[in-house]
Formats: sequence, C-alpha cells, structure tokens
Amino acid sequence: MKYALLGSVCLTLVLAFVFGSNYYKEQQSKKYGFMAEENAELFVRDHSATLGSEDAKVYIVEFMDPACETCAAFAPFVKQIMAANPGKIKLVIRYAPFHDGADNFVKILEAARMQGKYWETLDVMFKSQNVWASHHNYQPERLWEVLPRAGVDIEQIKKDMHDPAIAKIIEQDMADVKALNVQKTPGYFVNGKPLQVFGYRQLQQLIQSELDAKYPN
Amino acid sequence: MSQSDQATKTNWNLLFLCWILVSVSTTISIFFSSVLEYEPCVLCWYQRICLFPLILIFAAGLFPAFDKSVIKFALPLSIAGGLTALYHSLLYAGFIPENIQPCSTGVSCTEKYFELFGFVSIPMLSFLAFSTLITLLIILKRRTSR
Repeated sequence: MKYALLGSVCLTLVLAFVFGSNYYKEQQSKKYGFMAEENAELFVRDHSATLGSEDAKVYIVEFMDPACETCAAFAPFVKQIMAANPGKIKLVIRYAPFHDGADNFVKILEAARMQGKYWETLDVMFKSQNVWASHHNYQPERLWEVLPRAGVDIEQIKKDMHDPAIAKIIEQDMADVKALNVQKTPGYFVNGKPLQVFGYRQLQQLIQSELDAKYPN
Repeated sequence: MSQSDQATKTNWNLLFLCWILVSVSTTISIFFSSVLEYEPCVLCWYQRICLFPLILIFAAGLFPAFDKSVIKFALPLSIAGGLTALYHSLLYAGFIPENIQPCSTGVSCTEKYFELFGFVSIPMLSFLAFSTLITLLIILKRRTSR
C-alpha cells in the first residue's frame, strides 16, 4: 500500500514532466513558426551567407561558430542531405560565436567571403579545426598555415577582418541569437521550426518533415 | 488502533509529505533546466546538491516503516539548502550587492528567468520549499523525541 502510494506519486510526477515538456515544445514550435512567418528577417538577414537554390522551399538556418567541433561534425551531414535533395534546400549560415575569441574566426571567414572564397574557407576551417582550435585552445597563427589551401590571400584577410562592417554582422547575428534563444551551437531552425532534441537523426527527421510538407508527391 | 500506532502513522504521513515536497521541487527544478533550458547558476547548483539526495533519504526513512533517524540526516541538508536559498533570494532582490557574489562567469545568479505572479522568483520558490521542509522536520523531531 505504502509502496503503491510512493509509486503513484512518482508516476504522476513523471507524467506531468513529460506532458509539460511536450506541451512546451509544441508551443515553442508554434511560436517560432509564427516568428518565421511574421519576422523572417530574424532567421535570414541580407548579410547572411547562403548555399543552395534560390527557389528552395526548405530553409535550414544554422547558428554556428567556426571553432565549434559539433558544427564541424554536422557540416558534411547537412551537405549530404542537401545533395540528396537537389534544389529543394537552402542553407543559411548565421553566427553564434559564444566562446571568447571565437568571433575572430568569424571575422576571418567573412574576410574570405570578400574574396569570394566563403565556402572553401569554411570547409578548410572545419577540416583543420583540430589544428587551430583543439579543445577551444585557439591558435590563429596555425590557421594561417592551412588557410592558403582555400585559395585565399592571407595578407588581404588580415586587413579585411577588421572591417567594421564585419563587426556589425556579428553584432546583428548575436542579437538574433538572443531573440531566438539559441544557447548552443550548432542551433538549427528548419523553416523556422527549432530542432528540439539535438542529434543527427532528429535533424534529418525535421528536414524530411519539411520536405514532405513543401514537396508533396 | 492504539495511540502509538496512530502517532507512527501521522509521523509516516508527515515524512511522506516531505518526500512529496522534495520530489515535486526536483521535478520542477529539472523541468526548468532541461526543458525550459534555464541554465542553473552556481548558487542554484548548491541548492540542488542539498535538494536532490533528500528524495532518496526520505524514501529510505519511509520504508519498510517510519524511521526517525531520517531526521538526523535530512535536517542538515535542508538547513544548508535553506541558507543558500536565503542568500540567493537576498542577492536576487538586491539586498546584497551583486559585486560580492561568487558567480562571475557563466550564468549570473541574478539572471531573471521566471517570476510567478510577477514577484515569486526561482530562489524564492527554493527558499519556500526548504523552509517548509525545515518546519516539517522540526515538527517531526519534536514528535519523535517525546
């Protein structure tokens, strides 16, 4: 009898927790979906780098940091999904350099963009991350050694990275990070819907559900 | 039912109430951090350290039958948690200046996440839970030491 009493209270609490979290996630999903409709700017700014067709109906908005290991791990995965669905997906890169000093690497990336080598540079940065950012021990000087692989002019980058326009981009993205309550990187929104439970499979499911919704048949 | 049986039953019920209180508090605490993603600050962690083990301590005191020695183990934890919650509430409300707080990195202990009815903050909820718990435990202590 006593055990049953304790057990039933446990069960009630667990149920309340599960119910509450499902309810909350549903509300969040609705809220962000609404924000994406009403205020698309929050997700895609004019300055944001994008990859994929202009006609794509599925937008993956990724809040990332070039020095974040999980972001590097997810990059090929997202590209793979995009390749499997040609013309249907557009990737939008937003910045969330949470760690001290991480914004410098965003600046380098944006400076490379001025030379038209954005995606090449991002690719090199991710692939050589263990060299210049192992365990958040940033060594920009080691990045300079590998960056020529992306075909960029290093001296020009060193000059351009201090452009106030770049600082402004980061400032705007960080403001949107706050507005959208992104707390970890990579933070994904697919057509405004946040990735609720983090993981490869979950991201794929979220993208697939949007693909199914936008491209029936 | 004899008088002492009745007293033991009441004691068991009081302790069960304590257990419900800490279980509900823990569930809410984990809901805040895991679902609503409110990052717990340093002081919150100290209070959680006092709160979470109480679930098991109270459960151990309830089964197989009421054991009064549970008070001896639970009271120090409750008082430590209550004092931390009091300090945290005062800090949060601004009665203690923020520059002497121990948590400068990570989340600020005065970060406003949630305020029930516009004034009941998370540290206040914690203080309310711990002080209720201390009261219940003192009542139990009195009852059992007679």
